[in-house]
Amino acid sequence: MSTTTVKKPVRTGKYTWNGAMITRTVASYGVALLMFFPIFFMILTSFKTELQAIAVPSLWIFEPTLENYTEVQERSDYFSFAWNSVVTSVGSTILGLMIATPAAYSMAFNPTKQTKNILMWMLSTKMMPAVGALIPIYLLCQKLGLLDNVFALIIIFTLMNLPIMVWMLYTNFKEIPSEILEASRMDGATLWEEFRYVLLPLAMGGLASTGLLCLVLSWNEAFWVLNLTSANAGTLASLVASYSSPEGLFWSKLSAVSVLAIAPIVIFGWFSQKQLVQGLTFGAVK
Amino acid sequence: MKMNKLATAITLAGSVIFSGAAAADTELVVATLNNGHMIEMQKHTEVFEKANPGITVKWVTLEESVLRSRVTTDIATKGGQFDIMTIGMYETPIWGKKGWLAPLVTSEAYDADDIFPAIRNGLSHEGKMYAAPFYGESSMVMYRKDLTDKAGISLPDKPTWSDMEQAVAAMHSPDDGVYGICLRGKPGWGDNMAFLSTLANTYGAQWFDMNWKPQLDSPEWEAAVTFYVDLMKKYGPPGSASNSFNEILALINEGKCGAWIDATIAASFVSDPSQSKVADKIAFAQAPVQKTARGANWLWAWALAVPASSTKVAEATKFIEWATSKDYIKLIGETNGYGKVPTGSRASTYNIPEFKAAASFADAELKAIFSANPDDSTFNKNPYTGVQFAAIPEFQAIGTAVGQQMAAALSGDKTVKEALAAAQVAADREMRRAGYY
Repeated sequence: MSTTTVKKPVRTGKYTWNGAMITRTVASYGVALLMFFPIFFMILTSFKTELQAIAVPSLWIFEPTLENYTEVQERSDYFSFAWNSVVTSVGSTILGLMIATPAAYSMAFNPTKQTKNILMWMLSTKMMPAVGALIPIYLLCQKLGLLDNVFALIIIFTLMNLPIMVWMLYTNFKEIPSEILEASRMDGATLWEEFRYVLLPLAMGGLASTGLLCLVLSWNEAFWVLNLTSANAGTLASLVASYSSPEGLFWSKLSAVSVLAIAPIVIFGWFSQKQLVQGLTFGAVK
Repeated sequence: MKMNKLATAITLAGSVIFSGAAAADTELVVATLNNGHMIEMQKHTEVFEKANPGITVKWVTLEESVLRSRVTTDIATKGGQFDIMTIGMYETPIWGKKGWLAPLVTSEAYDADDIFPAIRNGLSHEGKMYAAPFYGESSMVMYRKDLTDKAGISLPDKPTWSDMEQAVAAMHSPDDGVYGICLRGKPGWGDNMAFLSTLANTYGAQWFDMNWKPQLDSPEWEAAVTFYVDLMKKYGPPGSASNSFNEILALINEGKCGAWIDATIAASFVSDPSQSKVADKIAFAQAPVQKTARGANWLWAWALAVPASSTKVAEATKFIEWATSKDYIKLIGETNGYGKVPTGSRASTYNIPEFKAAASFADAELKAIFSANPDDSTFNKNPYTGVQFAAIPEFQAIGTAVGQQMAAALSGDKTVKEALAAAQVAADREMRRAGYY
């Protein structure tokens, strides 16, 4: 008795190379390198001394030093800032998903005449520059005792990301045939069961990518952090900003602190890039 | 059961979020900049905390423009986020007048009379001191002595702009990577306008006449700005319209500039071998003069003040006394070396033999600070206080708008005449709106 095994498709590396393909390949590598270059240069600068960092033309071969990283550790409580980044970005992502999921559900499966208008209105709130709302939000936080408080940042980050989250989830839910949900309802499923056992497994990819995007946006948010926090609630974005100086050289130390600030989210993004790309390109080929 | 777990998780998360509030000691929150002297102050905070049990100090380091807007917002809305803030000579008298700052009442031992009078006056309103200088600065010429020696010329200690141009022309050698002069060009009231105001002062120009009418369309301003643009076009590095303190510091430390006229604080950087490739080749002279010597060099101090909204005025004052004291200067001198002490604030610093020996720029800096007079900074009488600024709330907007026009003239987008005409319109509009006339 013989068993048949299904072989996984493997990349053979055998392509029909022609002019167009070579051009495309070179162009994509070129674009990728161009996009990565600032990050690479930042990493490189973080291992230079301040004098090496300002050298013109730039130094490409030098004796690397860890003094900038040591100085950042000595001067700043990195882990406190990192912890605030984790709390605010994870907190706002969870809160955002809790609000955006039912909102997107109702608009995707029970649309009304105004659904499109509401969606557009939600998106339009992203069109106003954040600084336009600074004074009212600052005063609100002050009156509520929420200045320099991570709770305020969680709420603001959530509100900031909600339009994008609702849009992404709405697009994602629209891909799911509503007949499946109807069938579960006919089988006697409650709203929670319909959501938990039918919708959630089908929409998990979209939910994950929405959450990841929200996480990245919250992690990188600097404007509100710089304006609403002082000694206790600052995130890594405020730590980076604190290393710029009006009188003195600071490039290599700024680079070191920037590398430390982006490292956690880059590593996280690396492992979840599949979901991120899926979320960002969802519906793009309709 | 699941709900219980959720409730526990929410409680735990809440306790983590709000845990920052619990503190037994008096906690002082200090808003500051990332300048070298301030960083050293942070590193030595333990000394203060040990000497003052029960007081802890927390630092918030901000970028300069963010610091200004944060501190202004906090102070204007009585946010109370900061107990001590780092501000300059421009803000202090304005905010003191508005009642936003607590008057600084110091002890006998502090010896406030040791602070340079011009700086103390600049940090006061109606005789009351509202901030204590952490370090002060004027402006002066820093130039490559090796290049002037090579060219067989010497720069006088008090050069005129004509002397300066001659020296700059002799040092200019772009083929060897050396530009004759590097000056600020980046737009901003604290950037290009700080320098340009001093240049204009020496040409007999001024920001406002005695009726507060802007004077930017005067022949004196035109002559000064034309000289500046021509000088930079002939002997400046490319892209000067985006250069300010740090960009030029990088250029001069790399040996790319023959001369630089800027803050005296730069002297300690350009003469530090760990930062500069030309540390042993730099010499100093006073800021150039032309029609008059009045207002040739600016005066500025980064100072510590207590906002009126702080509930810890006594403790905050105690900290400020410590950070701006003679003992603090001694502490830094003994731990970091006397070449790295904060300068430009106290006369006694310049009497310390170890400091004189360590700082080659000490005499030039002292002379520059002493010659700057914010109350008499222009050839003709003016109604304002300040050398490179006018201490009125409207100046920040005017200075920045004018700075943008000057940068346009420098980059060649506008002629000097066009730029000054546009600057005059902007300044006039702002002053009318503010009700000066």
